[in-house]
This record gives sequence, C-alpha cells and structure tokens, in this order.
Amino acid sequence: MEEVKIGVYVCHCGVNIAATVDVEKVAKYAGTLPGVVLSRDYVFMCSDPGQDLIRKDIKEYNLNRVIVASCSPRLHELTFRRVCESAGLNRYLFEMANIREQCSWTSEDKEANTEKAKALVDAAVRRVHYQEALEVKEAPYNPNTLVVGGGIAGIQAALEIANSEHRLYLVEREPSIGGHMIQLDKTFPTLDCSQCILTPKMSEAGSHPYIELLAYSEVEEVSGYVGNFKAKIRKKARYVDEDKCTGCGVCMQKCPYKTDSEFELGLAKRKAAYIPFPQAVPNVATIDPDICIYIKSEGKKCGACIKFCDAGAIDFSQQDRIIEIEVGSIILATGFDLMDPKRIPQYGYGKYDNVLTGLEFERIVSPTGPTGGKIQLKDGHEPESVAIIHCVGSRDKNYHEYCSRVCCMYALKQANYIKEELPNTDVYQLYIDMRSFGDGYEEFYERLSNEGVNFVRGKVAQVTDQAISDEGKGKLIVVAEDTLLGRMLRIPVDMVILCNALEPQADAGGVASRFTVNQKATGFFLERHPKLDPVATPTEGVFVAGCCQSPKDIPDTVAQASAAAARILAMISKGRITLEAAVSTIDEEKCSGCKICLGLCPFSAISFDEEKEICRINEALCKGCGICAGACPSAAITARQFTNEEIVAEVEGVLT
Amino acid sequence: MKRNEFEPKIVGFSCNWCAYAAADLAGTSRTHYPPNIRVIRAMCSGRINELLIFKAFAAGADGVLVAGCHPGDCHYIKGNLSARRRVVGMKPFLEAIGIEPERLRLEWIGASEGPKFAETVKSFTQTIKDLGPGPFNKRRNGY
Repeated sequence: MEEVKIGVYVCHCGVNIAATVDVEKVAKYAGTLPGVVLSRDYVFMCSDPGQDLIRKDIKEYNLNRVIVASCSPRLHELTFRRVCESAGLNRYLFEMANIREQCSWTSEDKEANTEKAKALVDAAVRRVHYQEALEVKEAPYNPNTLVVGGGIAGIQAALEIANSEHRLYLVEREPSIGGHMIQLDKTFPTLDCSQCILTPKMSEAGSHPYIELLAYSEVEEVSGYVGNFKAKIRKKARYVDEDKCTGCGVCMQKCPYKTDSEFELGLAKRKAAYIPFPQAVPNVATIDPDICIYIKSEGKKCGACIKFCDAGAIDFSQQDRIIEIEVGSIILATGFDLMDPKRIPQYGYGKYDNVLTGLEFERIVSPTGPTGGKIQLKDGHEPESVAIIHCVGSRDKNYHEYCSRVCCMYALKQANYIKEELPNTDVYQLYIDMRSFGDGYEEFYERLSNEGVNFVRGKVAQVTDQAISDEGKGKLIVVAEDTLLGRMLRIPVDMVILCNALEPQADAGGVASRFTVNQKATGFFLERHPKLDPVATPTEGVFVAGCCQSPKDIPDTVAQASAAAARILAMISKGRITLEAAVSTIDEEKCSGCKICLGLCPFSAISFDEEKEICRINEALCKGCGICAGACPSAAITARQFTNEEIVAEVEGVLT
Repeated sequence: MKRNEFEPKIVGFSCNWCAYAAADLAGTSRTHYPPNIRVIRAMCSGRINELLIFKAFAAGADGVLVAGCHPGDCHYIKGNLSARRRVVGMKPFLEAIGIEPERLRLEWIGASEGPKFAETVKSFTQTIKDLGPGPFNKRRNGY
C-alpha cells in the first residue's frame, strides 16, 4: 500500500476562526500526527491564493490526502474537492474539519475551542488514512420538468423552461392557474393592473406547445432522484370534457345551484357548474360534486347543463385519472395562505360587516369583482373613513414572528385606491414600522404621504362598535396607541382593512414530506442556503420559488422562479448528472442473504440474487445513505466514505 | 472552563441533512453551547448502529448523542426510524453491562432548529456531568 502523505490546512477565516481558536497551535499539533507531512495555517483557504497553495503542495510534496480545517463541509466541501481534483488528487481523498460553525462560533472560550479544534483535526487525520479513491460516474438527465403550483411563480418558471423547447408539466390544484396574483386589482409600486400583466402569461402557459397544463390536479406521489423522478398526478374529474368545452358559460347560466365563490372569497356566489373567473386558464367549466344535484341524486334530478351544452361537453361519467410522468427536476411553487384573522378576535373580523381582509378589499376594488369595482360598505354606502391595520398576525409573538413583507406596500396601494375613487374619504394607516425596501417603494411611500393619508404609528389594540362619544356612534372604533405622541386614540371609521399575515399553505407539511423537502420553523420550505442558494433545497433536483419558501412580493417571486428555471436549464443543457460515488457495496462472501437490508433501502436499490442467495446493490440507484450498512448483521455491507473503519477512526480522534 | 471540573467528552453522531445542518445553524447564529460535544457526520442517522455507539463508549466517550431528522422529514424516508430502533434496543444492553442508559441519547433535530441543537448539547452535557466519567474514561478507572 502506498504511504499516506497528508497535508493539513488550518484556516483563519479572517478572524472568524482565528479570534476564538489558536489556529497556529492547531496547525502545529496537526504536524505531529501520524502521516501528516505538512501542516499550515492560512488566512483564507477558500480564496484563490489559498486554493493555489493546496494545488502547489499536492504536486511539490506528493500529497495523497488533504485536510482543510475551516468552515462546514456543507459550505465548501465541493470547492476543496475540486481543488484537489484539479491537482490530480481524487476528490474522496479530501476531508474537512468543521472548526468554524461547530467550534469557533459556538463559544468564546479560546482554550476550550482550541482543544476542540485539535480533536476535530485529529479525527480527520485518523479518518483519511482509511479513505479510498472513488470513481465518479454519470447518468443521463431526463429533460422533462415538473412545476407544482400555477401562481405567478409557477407560470414564470414554466414559461422560462418551456421556451427552451423541453417538455414541462405544470400542475395546479384549482380549476384555473393564476394563483393569488390574479385576485389582485393593481400591483405596487407602479400601480399597473395585475390582471393585465398576468393574463398574457397565463394564456401563453395554457397554449404553449411544450407545456402540458394539468389544472385541477394534484401530485400524489413522488419517487426517484435528480435526473430521474417519477410522479403520480391525480387529475380530478371536472365532469366536463376539456377538449370539447368552449368556455361559453351557458352551463353556468343554467345551473340552478349556488355556493360561495372561492375566487371572490365568499363576497359573491358561483354556480355548481362554474368557471372561477372570466380569464380562467384553461377556460373550461368545472362541476362541483359537493353541490351538484345531478351528481348527488345520481342522475335523477336536474341535468340542466347537459341539456343546454351545445358542445356536448358535460360528462358525468368522468372519473379521477392518475397520470404518471417522468421528470428530471421539480420546482415547488405552491404559494401561501392568508392567516384567518378570526384568530385575533379583538379585531372583530367575522363579527362586524365592514371589517375586511386586504385580499377581500382587492376583490371589492377590482372592476370584475363583486361590487364592480365600487368601494362601498356592506349596506351600499360609500365609506367616509377607512382604517388600514398593518401587521395582523405578522411581527407578533402570539402568531407569526416574521414580517410578511408585502403588507406595508399593499396598504399604501389600497390607500391610493381609496383616495383616487373617494378623495374626501379619510384613510388611516396604523403601522408598527413602515418597511418600503424595494425598488421605487420609498418613493411610493413618499408620494402617498403627500396624498393626505393619515399615518399613525402604533399597534391596534381593538376594533369595537362600542362608542364612548357621539362622534363614534354607529361606527367602528379603532383603539390604538399612537406611540409617537404617546397617547391612546379612538378613531371612528366606517371600514377596517386588516393586513393579515401570509402563512404557509395549510397542507405544506404534507407537500414537504411528499417531495422530501424540509420546513423552516415558520413552516415555509427550507432552502439549501439562505443567501448563497435560496432557490435549491437540500434535496437534489427539487427547487423552490415564490411564497412557499418565504413571504415575498411579485418582483422577488419572479426573480426566484427565473433563477430556479435557470438552474434546471443548466442541467438540461448538460444532459447528464453526476452519480454519487460514495455508495454502498455488498461483500458476497459475507452476505448471508437474510434480506434485512432489502426492506430498509429507501431507493429500492437492493435486490436479491435467487441463484446465489445473496443481496446485491444497484450502484446507479444507491444514494449512499448507509442505512443498509448500519443494519447488516454480518457487516457484509460497506458504506463507502462512511465505513466502520473511517467512523471509528474519527470517534477515536475526537476523544483523544 | 474550570480545569479541575469534570469536562465530559460527548460524541454526537449527526445526520448530514438535519442535525448536522442544525449544528451549523447554531454556529452561524452564534448560539453558544458547551464545547464538550464533538460532532461526527453520517449521511443518515440510520447509518449509526450498535457497533459504532459501543466503539464510542469503548474509546472513552462519556456520552453518545444520535441526532437525526424528525420522523417524516428523513432525507432517506425512514432511516431515522432505524436509528431509533437501534438506540432504544441498545439501552437495556448498556444497562446490563453497567453503563447508565442515560449516557446514550436520541434526539430529532430539524435543519432549522439551531437553538434546539444548542439546548440539547447543554442539557445532555449537564446530564453527563451529573453522571460522572464514562465507563471507559480513564478518569473513572483511577488513572
């Protein structure tokens, strides 16, 4: 066996490590360990000169193992593996000791940290003795892509990818794509009409030759791995033949049964046979089985839609269909829910008629909305005064600690709606802090400040109808402390708009486990890195875009969606994926054929050879988790890069 | 750190996707915790088995933490449940050979739970301090 020649590099990371770890001492200690021929400390190992140092040393000193003691391998393992490779050293002969995230940053005690860093370096040194060169193999990448969620994020990503003329599946669970954005009247800060900028994209997505739009569908099951995912999608029965339906709407007119319109947030009704809104894509009707009397009576009653549909598109024999697709990557763009303001009972939502949510107000202002765009109270009168309450459930320890990021700006926008239509109506903004961080946002705030909107800095305590003066009789009283004046206020208004928090979709947990992604403490999906990789997830080949990752506005959503698309296009363009080389293998001599490993493998990579009565691992399917190696009672399975010898060496190292 | 006080050494087997990421996050957030833990990374907590746990005690560990993803969050679907079975199954064995079962601890720590990682280390370090040096710690055996 070749003599082991290890080079150890201890990084200062500026002062990030050096301030609380005696790096020189660690490097000196490393130099005394068996097999180490060279040890250095350097200010920034990841910098170009740092990388060059490693390359030069590998050649000059014939190093055949390299250890960098610096940050987390989750950050720079790949960087240094590439450095080694470029100097002709196999990437699996490299090892990292995490002395920043898990050492220098965890305590101010320099002496204890230095001891810990020495132990971590010792572990790495002992470990690399057992590490072996592994061959990196490649497999073909399936150029089809799945986008889950048809809001602005999903539509944007779908178009970007489909324009490269590769097959794209866009799955939306509602009858139409469009998401929350299509419910908005205007968008801040430019005040362009939301529907005008979104509908062209929706129809492009609906008619794109490379997009297969699966609306009214949900992903039920996902298996496989990057480059080769399989997904099962349930296409729910619409009871309408999508190919025949012309979207004429006659069935809607003739259908006698009504329920609350989801699109209008219950402010208007829709029929059992319905198209959710006029610009729906696909523009086909859906029949709601929960209220359709024909379905409930098993065809004995009604049937008006069948009679009047000239296209013969109504088909009550339709059933849910399961569609199986194969894709290389997946983008999750499943969006957000709005917090139910009834959870904060003191704001009176659901109790008083004229307490609305921001999104409900958008529908009221929308020309296609329930009032035809007229701002009015429940009784039809124009409001003389409106209060807009910020941070309803956001920045609040009782509900969500995070900032929902869009409310300040849409509150300004909605004040502008009111001032444009009803210039004499008083508008009060009750805010904690005004956050106008985006491009053109501060200017928008400045402009609104000059339009006669009243800004009151303070968190609202209560909305009540209990007036204590004549002025407030018959009105809603907003009770708040003006923290700039240090005074309690009781503001009588006709209408209250609540800027309720954006929160994860109610079923985000189920979606997360279906796609093996994680959720953050907030419930939104976890990105791979909050700064350097806010688009990918820890699961290779699964990306996130839009509000399912965290609350964000439309420009940020579009940017993230395009970024996710770009990442996938790069993989499509390359056409191959690198397979994990650190996979498990079975020693045929030791295998007793007990099949314990068979049932544990999450990737079905293990099969049983009936003839030899042993198990075998398909290395193309194995992802190297090592569960089988942990379970094998005969120790016949070796998890490469995580062998018993390697882990035990590491254990002994950290305990010295 | 007082030099005379017993400072336990704890081996923290952590899965790459959740617990190790949480340990990184604790550091990134500058959450301080006792330096007694030394984290050893595996791809999945399901890789960790009785042999490795016992080897850790034999090599002088005063405590062993096995930390993985929450059930349902495992990057490899159910590897963490294998880890749980092994840890639970190993405790009576440890007891039988005279090692306090409290020296072996299993914890689910999600990738976003930096504070939980720090808290776990704090409380586990205290538990081990209270128990005293481990079975194969030279200090316990009068060296």
